Amino acid sequence: METYLRRTVVWYGGVGLLTGHVLRSLALPPKYFRLVVREVEVMGVQSLGVALTAAIFTGMVFTLQSAVNMARFGAESYVGPVAALAILRELGPVLTAILVGGKVASGITAELGSMKVTEQIDALRTLGVNHVKRLVVPRVLASLVVFPLLTVLSDAVGVLGGMAIMYLERGADMWAYWNTTTYWVVPKDFLTGVGKAVFFGAVVTLIGCYNGLSTEGGTEGLGRATTATVVHVTMGVIVSDFFLTKLFLTLFY
Amino acid sequence: MADPVVELQGVRKSFDTIDVLRGVSFALAKGETLVVMGGSGSGKTVLLRLIAGLIRPDAGQIRLFGRSIERLREEELLPVRRRMGYVFQGAALFDSLSVYENVAYPLREHTSLREGEIEARVVRNLGLVGLGREVLRLLPSELSGGMKKRAGIARALSASPELLLFDEPTAGLDPTNSKLVAELIQALHGGVCDTAIVVTHDLELAKTVGDRVAVLIDGRFAAIGPVAEILETDNAAVQAFLAGEAR
Repeated sequence: METYLRRTVVWYGGVGLLTGHVLRSLALPPKYFRLVVREVEVMGVQSLGVALTAAIFTGMVFTLQSAVNMARFGAESYVGPVAALAILRELGPVLTAILVGGKVASGITAELGSMKVTEQIDALRTLGVNHVKRLVVPRVLASLVVFPLLTVLSDAVGVLGGMAIMYLERGADMWAYWNTTTYWVVPKDFLTGVGKAVFFGAVVTLIGCYNGLSTEGGTEGLGRATTATVVHVTMGVIVSDFFLTKLFLTLFY
Repeated sequence: MADPVVELQGVRKSFDTIDVLRGVSFALAKGETLVVMGGSGSGKTVLLRLIAGLIRPDAGQIRLFGRSIERLREEELLPVRRRMGYVFQGAALFDSLSVYENVAYPLREHTSLREGEIEARVVRNLGLVGLGREVLRLLPSELSGGMKKRAGIARALSASPELLLFDEPTAGLDPTNSKLVAELIQALHGGVCDTAIVVTHDLELAKTVGDRVAVLIDGRFAAIGPVAEILETDNAAVQAFLAGEAR
């Protein structure tokens, strides 16, 4: 128990210190702009398929389930706004962060962990290169762009998927569905979801980077670190989502 | 002695409950090559990593180029590290970059040289370590062990270091390649970089390149001095180590 607690404290402390190092490094030269662009491509473009597939099916399932059950209370005409609010405020940002975050962060851990166990990180340091600035900062900056963008696309695809399934399965009038949805959904519903995505992007990337940079124990340790990243990202997103939701409800609603 | 390039005083380092270094002190003057010898797990690499600022000592002082480094933050250490080159035991080449990109890396990071000048310096550095243009586009995975070591030395030389740190430069090499690397270190000593610390358990290498040899036993230097003096020492532990009888 004591070992577990110590490990947990060291992990949170380590992620905190890495965050501090990232913030300090932001102001230092060089800027590595090209690396940020490359990471946007690696994280964003290559994750588009996963994010959008998950979004459209989640939108359709949620809308279909809502329609069947809300019909029992005579409230089927409100399925549109209910589904849209759920997608914009929770499902879009959270599912995107868990799916894309798990994929991106475990990839980062594998790459940085492999560099760590083969002393390539130490080689960078001995060459006088700020390894956090070179390896972590571009990824964090890219995630601040990629996660909100993917979330916006997921939101759109999820809502449209829900509308399509209502038309195909329940014979809903698409015009009425869209009007009801846009009547009840306000910009801050969308913006708080995007705000969450920015936070999730930074969190999952920092977790991936920290677990990679702290990898020990050769290839076996690398495997453990990569698995741990998937768990940490999932738990990090779910737990922080609760606190962000509380914060946004207090501030904006 | 003029201001030493490297100076350690009472440096101690432990990992969990194991005391690896228990008070190491020495000074290295400009133009000198110190060979640190010791058995496996004696703390030779730890000593080198402490000097490079990759890890921090538990106690004691480490001065590099006249500056105390043990309390410096990572960002503050970077300019100090740019004045030294570190050759890793496994070369630690960046595996996704070609040999050319590896050797050019410090030049791209720390200079504003144009591509033509970078290429000229890369080719010159590879030439110094006996590698030709044919390796430029190869990936590290396509090199032999000896070639990796030499490419690692070429990369370390790229930043025109004032101090070179070698971690087991002949480990895992056949006798021919070991001899080549030893001759290379000797040649660098007379030219490109005249100050070095070489960590090894290879006595032949120590005899070839060392101005002084230090023998690390039980976390301390059991003996330090010119090679001939160490070979003639009456210290029983050092004699046992050199004779390969230490347990």
